[in-house]
Order: sequence, then structure tokens, then C-alpha cells
Amino acid sequence: MCDCTYNRTVTPLDFVVSLALISVAAGVLGSLIGLGGGVVIVPTLTLLYHVDIRLAIGASIVSVIATSSGAAAAYVRERMTNLRAGMFLEIATTTGAVSGAYLTTLLPARFLFVFFGLVLAYSSFATFRRRHADAPLTVSHDRIANYFNLHGSYFDAAEQREIPYKVVGTKPGLALMYVAGLVSALLGIGSGALKVPAMDSAMHLPMKVSSATSNFMIGVTAAASAGVYFIRGQIDPIIAAPVAAGVLLGATVGARVLGRVASKTVRLVFVIVLVVISLEMLQKGIFP
Amino acid sequence: MTDPTERPGSDTPPAAEEPKPSFEGEAVSGHHRALTPEEAAAMDEKIRKVELAISLVLRIGVVVSVAVVATGLGLMFAHHAAYVPIRGHFSYHQLTSRTTPFPHTFSALGHSIARGDGRGIVVLGILILILTPILRVAVGVLSFIYEKDPPMTIVTLYVLVVLIGSFFLAGV
Repeated sequence: MCDCTYNRTVTPLDFVVSLALISVAAGVLGSLIGLGGGVVIVPTLTLLYHVDIRLAIGASIVSVIATSSGAAAAYVRERMTNLRAGMFLEIATTTGAVSGAYLTTLLPARFLFVFFGLVLAYSSFATFRRRHADAPLTVSHDRIANYFNLHGSYFDAAEQREIPYKVVGTKPGLALMYVAGLVSALLGIGSGALKVPAMDSAMHLPMKVSSATSNFMIGVTAAASAGVYFIRGQIDPIIAAPVAAGVLLGATVGARVLGRVASKTVRLVFVIVLVVISLEMLQKGIFP
Repeated sequence: MTDPTERPGSDTPPAAEEPKPSFEGEAVSGHHRALTPEEAAAMDEKIRKVELAISLVLRIGVVVSVAVVATGLGLMFAHHAAYVPIRGHFSYHQLTSRTTPFPHTFSALGHSIARGDGRGIVVLGILILILTPILRVAVGVLSFIYEKDPPMTIVTLYVLVVLIGSFFLAGV
């Protein structure tokens, strides 16, 4: 394979500038729907630039942390993030990430890709189905949510009003978050794809709050495995630099947009991206 | 259980007062009564401070890491004239192959930075980026101590311990 189209070499400068621009787009998309941008970064690097998959995954981890910190800085200040719910659920994601690091040698990756491809296909369906039932809950009998007071409210700039909501289903939420942590350690993918449905479908947080809170959490999940990627030599500076800078810029811009976009739009974009990720994973498992 | 509608104006306490929306759900763990307006206002102010602190930590981490990464990237291009031209013959593939050398241990990183090598400085910036969420969890622990919320303090402390533990497990 040769990418010397037009009979010219892609120099490092071309590479850095073009990758930074693509990363800006990945940052905007990721911050808007609560994912880390790996869905854009990994295929771009492997298919367009023919970079080794190991280095692409290292870049994806950098992208996840950049999206998370860049977007969360704005979301937390605007009170879009549910801080208490996010920090509470991090119990499950970090525990999942650590147990995943142990399981990684036990389970065949192909089986995992197929399994999680199916899980994501189902969550995209579940997220899509909730598109008309978006009204936040006003009562909660969930004892854990009541004890830790995980309920909240946010200002919806699209609807121009403060929207209070109650949280339910903390147990299935915790279970899904554990799986999300496990997956990110096992497969090296950002696990926002599972975190958003866990909060939206299982715990009934509003879509925008789910997205902002997922953004808040994915950085911590990714940081738990980032050390391993650094030591294994998967963080290549010439790839990581434009990705980090571009994604941070994109996430900062994207975080200003979320408030003004209708929840339904956020949900639809998320469902489309989830279907893409799910197909990508099934393909990796079935035709590796 | 008596039906409360049968005894209007009796000594049963009125249904818990609705907390104001901006405050709802932001009391500490285990609170089962509605807060008085003064308590609510004080709590609201505390929570606002915490939010601003967490946002500030993330912002500082992001700005510092971008500045360091950009400096490193600039130095990389400044030191290697072959990287710069748009119509050169030096392909980026030589920098992104499996065999490309770049620092991935702390001692190699230290030497690289000491030499003023752009690669090392970029990696330093990326490490600052990786540490930002961990620092954010640490600020979370302090915040819940400040809010006098022991259950949430324990929750965040657990997350912090697991995170730091994962770094040691990784052999960093």
C-alpha cells in the first residue's frame, strides 16, 4: 500500500497538520455525545495513514483523555455534568478497568469484539427507542440514589429552562459501568459508548446530562490504563501531539455547542455513531 | 397507616417542602429532610466553589499540557529540517513505524528532556494530560471533605486509591 498519491511524499508537516484538523472534528463529536473520539481517530490512523494499530490505540487513549478534560472543564462549570453521579459511578468503572487488566490474557479478543459488538447494537436500539420518552423523572424510589443524593438539575439552553431530574436504577447502572471499565481495559476502546446508555436508559438521566457526565468520567477510566500504554511504547509523540492539541481544541468548542442543541439531535447523533462502532467491533471479531 | 387526607391541619408534618430547582439533589448524602433556605444557600455556595475548583483543575491541566506539547512539537520541527517542507521526500512513515525510537520509560524521558529533545517534551506534555483526571479525582476527595459528606468522600477516596494502584500494577 502506498499513499504517494499525486506522486508526492506526505511529509511530517503534512501529517501533523492534517491529523490535527481531523482531531478537531473528533473532539467536537466526542464532546457532544460523550465519547472519546477514538471512533474517529483509530480508523483515520489505520485506514488513511496506515499507522500500526498499536500506535493508533495509544493515540486513541490520548484522544479520550483530551476530550474528557477539555469538555468537562466547561460542562462542570455550566452545571451540565452530574458530579455526584459521575464520581459515584467511577467506583464501578475503575474497578472494572483494573479487573480487565487481569482478564486480558484469559479471554480471546475475537470473542470479546463480537460480544460487545452485540451489546452496543442493543444499546443503540435501546437509546433510539427512548427518543420519545425523554421526560425526566420527578420521583425516585431508588434507595442508593436517594442515600447518595444523586439527583440533580441542569439548565437547558435549547429549551431556555432549568430541568430538574431524579435518578433511578443505580444497580443496573453500576453493573453496566463495571462492564464499561472492563471493556476499555480489555479492548482499548473508550467506553463512553456504554456509559451514555447506562445513564440514559438504565438510570434515566437526561440525554445531555448523560453525555456531559460520560465526558467527565471517560478521562478517569482511560487514565487508569494510560500508564500501561506509555510503558509499552504506544504513545508516539508525532501522532499524540497533533491528536492531543486538535482534540482539546475541538472538545472546548463542542462543549459550547451541547447546551444549545436539542436533546433529540444529541440522541440521534449518538445512535448513529454507536451503530458504526458496533459494526466496527463485529467486523473485527468476525473478519479479523 | 392513616390516610393523611382524612386529617387536614393535623400535627402530621406538611409534605417536605420542595427544594428550589437549582439546588435540588445537591445536598450531602443521607439527608432526609429538606434544608432550611439558609442551609440551602450555604450549601449551594459551597457546591459552586467545588464546581469551579474542579473546572479550574481541568482547565489548568489542559492549558499546561497543550503549551508543553506545542513547544515540543515546535522543537521537533526546528531540530529536524527534513520534517518541514511540504514537498519534501521525507515521509512521516519513518516516524510512525513500529521501530521509530521515542522515549517510553521515565529514565529515557528524563534524558530526552535534558537534551531539549522535542519528542521528550511532547511526551512530558502527554503525561501531564494523563495526570489531569487523576488530579481531578484528588480534588474531588478534598471537595467532599469540605462539603462534610463522608459517604461521598469514601467513594472518591476509593476511586483515587484504585487509580493510583492501577499505575503501580502497570509497573510505571
